[in-house]
Amino acid sequence: MHPILTQLRRLTLYLFAWIPIAGMLAYLLAMPGAITWREAVVLAVPLCLLYAFLCLSAWYPCRVTPIERSSLSRLVSTHLATALLATGLWVMAAKTLATELSQSAPYRGLDKRFATEIPLLVGTGVLLYLLSISLYYVLLALQASQEAEARVMKASVLAREAELRALKAQVNPHFLFNSLNSISALTSSDAAKAREMCILLGDFLRRTLGLGEKAAIPLEEEMSLIRAFLSVEKIRFGPRIRLEENIEKEAMDVQVPPLLLQPLVENAIVHGIANLIEGGWIRLDVQCRNGDLAIVVENTYDREAPARRRNGVGLANVRQRLEARFGNRATFGVKTEGDHFRVSITLPAEREARTA
Amino acid sequence: MNTAPRKKIQAVIVDDEELARQVLREFLSAHADVEIAGECANGFEAVKTFTERKPDLVFLDIQMPKLDGFEVLELIGNEAAVIFVTAYDNYAIRAFEVHAVDYLLKPISVERFEAALARAKERMGGKTPQAPLLPAELAASARPPSQYSDRIPVRDGARVFIVPVAKLDYAEAQDDYVALASEGKKHLKQQTIASLEAALDPSRFLRIHRSFIVNLERVARIEPYGKDSHVAVLANGIQLPVSRTGYARLRAYLDR
Repeated sequence: MHPILTQLRRLTLYLFAWIPIAGMLAYLLAMPGAITWREAVVLAVPLCLLYAFLCLSAWYPCRVTPIERSSLSRLVSTHLATALLATGLWVMAAKTLATELSQSAPYRGLDKRFATEIPLLVGTGVLLYLLSISLYYVLLALQASQEAEARVMKASVLAREAELRALKAQVNPHFLFNSLNSISALTSSDAAKAREMCILLGDFLRRTLGLGEKAAIPLEEEMSLIRAFLSVEKIRFGPRIRLEENIEKEAMDVQVPPLLLQPLVENAIVHGIANLIEGGWIRLDVQCRNGDLAIVVENTYDREAPARRRNGVGLANVRQRLEARFGNRATFGVKTEGDHFRVSITLPAEREARTA
Repeated sequence: MNTAPRKKIQAVIVDDEELARQVLREFLSAHADVEIAGECANGFEAVKTFTERKPDLVFLDIQMPKLDGFEVLELIGNEAAVIFVTAYDNYAIRAFEVHAVDYLLKPISVERFEAALARAKERMGGKTPQAPLLPAELAASARPPSQYSDRIPVRDGARVFIVPVAKLDYAEAQDDYVALASEGKKHLKQQTIASLEAALDPSRFLRIHRSFIVNLERVARIEPYGKDSHVAVLANGIQLPVSRTGYARLRAYLDR
């Protein structure tokens, strides 16, 4: 899209900018004395109008030879060639105009007197053309920076949205409804256990509620959230769930995005252990390694399990959040080995500055 | 032994969570005319129990190990009244509203349970006609759109085979059944070839004949057969007839 030609407001401004140029050209033409002021103005005004439009074409060579990605020789040869071409056309038009004008009485002999001005006109033409080329490069740079800014804006909006989506999806409705159903079952068979489950579920929900506003929480807090979640799931699934925790002590105060690991554990249950008749185990492994936090969530799963509808949504969400938050400073990997499913994450180990 | 003059309704509860089964057990205990014939914690058990006990009524959970509720439904068919029990599933709910006897949402209320049981009894009494669809079609309509099967469950008596779609060579229509040829064996399944065709990914499977669907990866070559007729020769040497429309489809696929 041509930046000037396609916008009426810009085109008007551009043409206005040519008025002083026309004045200058008339001055330059009249200066040597061979041409009268009147003749100079009559020549300069239509010539500048014509050249204003000719110079609009400079946009196209500029666009195909981006200044930062083209060699110097290419830049010089392209623009010199187009400048000479435009100037040639312009001078020819000027000559024709002078000849035509010399037909009428007040401008008699103009064609001959004009001939001495041709070198001046060629110089002006090339200069003006090169000027418009630099104008277009400025416009291109401006456009590129605006686009880059828009991209950054869009990326941050996307990141925010992913974050919000993740936090909104914090309580899987399946989990909530199934837990309520379990409580309903327990009310008649084991009232004390029903009460215990209500309290555990309440505890888990309360912990998740406050997290919406926080950017990061200590790993310890995320772990107690996971334990609250698992204690509810253990009542539902009975002895089918076994958790193995292997967390380095130094890792506990590392700041992590809230609800980053809980969806992974939930995933391990919903897509892994829930499909195993005999149940299975989840292993949670967290280590500090060269300033990074290395997290592994591993579980057993049934390779022949029916595909689940929500499959992958939870994982994709965690990956998106990591990407939005840490960029390439975090890694996310999924691996299946036999009947083991493993998610490995590394992220920068950030600790909150201790307040005295 | 049951000495009541009238036969009791035989019900089976299928759910992988003990507590979820417990709720249904408790609600059913209030009905003297219903007897719990079995409880199953996964899809395989469900099909086995169904074959052995021939229940009149099945309470079926959706998310289970081995076979999900839709796959169980596909296998046990229309012979029993099925009430789905689920926590939260938009697609499923929409499908049940159209086809199934009823569905129950967890946590289950007594009122809702009673209503579902009443509907099921009505259907068992023959007051309402059976669902017009074949079970495979019913199950297919409950799946989210644009999701093709990656496995096909097949029932042989009390046993269940899972035929992974990737290992399916071809399928052949045989009356009300389709024969699924996979790894040198044939598995019979009650399903129309058209609904099987709809469940399979069209970029991998092609209907080459009124009675045949072929796995395109298995086709070694196409040979002319008689006057304007063709056969598809599979990698294992098996020859399948190709109809004229089937040949046009194959050509369109190969020319792509």
